[in-house]
Amino acid sequence: MSFLFQTEKLSKAYAGPVLRDVDFTLCPGEVHALVGENGAGKSTLCQIVAGIRQPDSGRMLLEGKPFAPLTRKDAEASGIRIVLQELNLIETLTIAENLFLEQLPNRAGWIKNAALEKAATQALTMVGMQRLPPGILVSRLGIGQKQLVEIAAGMSHRCRVLILDEPTAALTAIDTERLFERIQHFKAEKVGIIFISHHLEEVEAIADRVSVLRDGELVACLHQGEYQLDEVIRLMVGRKLDQSFHAKRAIGKRVLRVEGLQAPPAVREVSFDLSEGEILGFAGLMGSGRTETVRAIFGADQRAAGKIYVGQSNAPARIERPSDAVRLGIGLLTEDRKTQGLLLPKPARVNITLANLGSELLRFGGWLDRDKEASISAKWVQRLDIKVRNVEQTAVSLSGGNQQKLLLARWLYRDCKVLICDEPTRGIDVGAKFEIYRFLNSLAEAGKGVIVISSDLKELLQICDRIAVLSAGKLAKIFRREEWSEDKIMSAAFSEFGAGKVAA
Amino acid sequence: MPDHISDNSSTATASVASDARGSLRQKSQWQEIGENSIGLVIVLILLIGLFSLSTQHFFSAVTFSTILNQVPAAMLVAIGMTFVLIIAGIDLSVGSVLALCGGILGVGLVQWHLPLFLAALLCVAAGAVCGMINGALVVRFQLPSFIVTLGALEAGRGAAYLVTNSQTQYIGSQIEQVNDASFLGLSLPFWVAIIGVILAQLVLTGTVFGRYLIALGTNEEALRLSGIDPRPIKIIVFSVSGAMAGLAAIALCSRLASADPNAGSGFELEAIAAVVIGGTSLMGGRGSVINSFFGVLVIAVLENGLAQLGAQEPVKRLVTGGVIVAAVIVDFYRTRRAEAKSRQLR
Repeated sequence: MSFLFQTEKLSKAYAGPVLRDVDFTLCPGEVHALVGENGAGKSTLCQIVAGIRQPDSGRMLLEGKPFAPLTRKDAEASGIRIVLQELNLIETLTIAENLFLEQLPNRAGWIKNAALEKAATQALTMVGMQRLPPGILVSRLGIGQKQLVEIAAGMSHRCRVLILDEPTAALTAIDTERLFERIQHFKAEKVGIIFISHHLEEVEAIADRVSVLRDGELVACLHQGEYQLDEVIRLMVGRKLDQSFHAKRAIGKRVLRVEGLQAPPAVREVSFDLSEGEILGFAGLMGSGRTETVRAIFGADQRAAGKIYVGQSNAPARIERPSDAVRLGIGLLTEDRKTQGLLLPKPARVNITLANLGSELLRFGGWLDRDKEASISAKWVQRLDIKVRNVEQTAVSLSGGNQQKLLLARWLYRDCKVLICDEPTRGIDVGAKFEIYRFLNSLAEAGKGVIVISSDLKELLQICDRIAVLSAGKLAKIFRREEWSEDKIMSAAFSEFGAGKVAA
Repeated sequence: MPDHISDNSSTATASVASDARGSLRQKSQWQEIGENSIGLVIVLILLIGLFSLSTQHFFSAVTFSTILNQVPAAMLVAIGMTFVLIIAGIDLSVGSVLALCGGILGVGLVQWHLPLFLAALLCVAAGAVCGMINGALVVRFQLPSFIVTLGALEAGRGAAYLVTNSQTQYIGSQIEQVNDASFLGLSLPFWVAIIGVILAQLVLTGTVFGRYLIALGTNEEALRLSGIDPRPIKIIVFSVSGAMAGLAAIALCSRLASADPNAGSGFELEAIAAVVIGGTSLMGGRGSVINSFFGVLVIAVLENGLAQLGAQEPVKRLVTGGVIVAAVIVDFYRTRRAEAKSRQLR
């Protein structure tokens, strides 16, 4: 059988290798699913196929001929289309305008509304959304409907290869059903479909073949009906671990208890305890509600229900906003350094002291002692080995790892009892990563409670004492070091997603 | 080999620390302010030089004291406006609030026969309350301050007409004594405004509150997630802006010996212009009260000089408008150069 599309030894590296010698094949009229953990390289592979990124080495063949798109437009001209995970719709335009933004039907600049509406209706019919009037604004749609519009935009053009990156993440069961019907039509027309999903049941139902990516390598390619789901999960996670970062520590008294936390729609039910000297990991897939959970605990977002106890107190703490949480000794190292953490154009000094401009830095009742501030920030710069010329260097001019260390310094200087770190090592180089593990370790050794959210399971296995697994907004299970395994954690991470689908 | 490496890094970090302190001793707070203001001072001197050479009477004590006695109201309003712009807000209501406060001052003195001290206090308090309402609306309903204060611009003017019965209220000698009190040939309002400028600058650069203002204008979410509630800060800033409009009302009424419900119309834009000429960013996070003061002076010198040159109102306005835009363009390039420099050194 000849392949519609194939890759040969495709490789790509950023800081480290993301894809390694990937040989992937796609037959006409086939649905080929890609599965793997967060960061396994699924999205990167798809983006290379769609011309958004270029491989470092290896080549691609489309119908036997070499194919090397330099842009997404190139790939589209050759009949390869991608529907991306994140939404790229313009909220203030109508559905029809969004669908055909690149080539609005017009005469001398005036939009031909009738033609536009007709084409849009056709495209919407393809995804089973004919009941939506194409003239309404995208801002009025729910997230699932937006996803469908995005899919319609991808499907409304003729193509030979269609890539769907997590198309069902925000869809209800009915819409997913409808999408699958559409996919069957495409199959009949001999279009090859690459399908990424975290919902393994869906994959099992629709994919002719499943390829498993792990750390950038394609480790297995399985045919429909010839595998079990737990086998797929094992293939996704199986690897050796270096556990050298975890040091045995004395676990002390409780510092934080969360009971029945709810913050819909992302957080449905979360309860756990955190103790002094403990690092608790939060694992889960994209959309499992980890960030939303810690933001709700910290008071950054509204809670619908749930009690939070700080320290050994048996009375629930009043945390309405972040200032309450910080006063009670909780710190949050946010997921997005630039928009939620740093004062980018300001000096390192100002960034370090922001959360603790207290009595230590004051003199004459209210005036900031700048010399003191400079020497204290210089101390933290030295302790965390932050690469700056001096403490007056602006945050914007630092590398990602050093920016992260600035924020870590801010919370270390505040001296919180509980420090919550949301993706503390995202987008920073390996060296800085290991340093951050060391600091988190020493924090725990000093008797603080630490929560670490990470999409990198390997990282959590290296540094945590326990790992709490969230799945579709529920805390599915908490594993101790001696009882966890990657398979168990991954099954727990998938556990609630099927159930959530039915409920939605 | 490892020894060598660790040795190196420890000397490197030590030098970071010493460099940090060294550079700070080098650059004290006052030095920083001076450095920031030098450009504006040069522009001011150039303007004065230009007008002195091109007119007969510009370079004289009379001209200078006229200018300096004219500016207190604008200076006071500019102080509040600088704070508001630094937190990435805007206050369009200051002109109307000024008129309302002036009306209250006039009514208090003339109809209620309050002692001057009490009437003045009432006037400033009224301004602060107006500002507080602005701030509370911005915070409570998360509205853009542009909208809230645009509403207050209209409502405040209406209230000013109500209070004064739409008539200019003659106050008389009672209030004139405020303006007549002078020191070194300059009026009391001028000295109050100068003290206000210095105090506000100190608060901005030297206190925790000032630091929070700058952080709030740079990245509100970062400040909030650092555990500092931005809401009271915003309310205080708008209250200060209102109170400054109240103080400005006293300055203006004492100069004119009357309270005019039409007073201060267009004042908000004049104040914003002065603050922007002073290099305060409309995007927030950056600004200087001292420079706003120089901004006020630049506009005042320009207007007086052009008048002495015999320029008519249309020309004066054209030139002033040009200077405002030119100042912002110069500032844009200055910041971009500073940013590029900090990248290069990375």
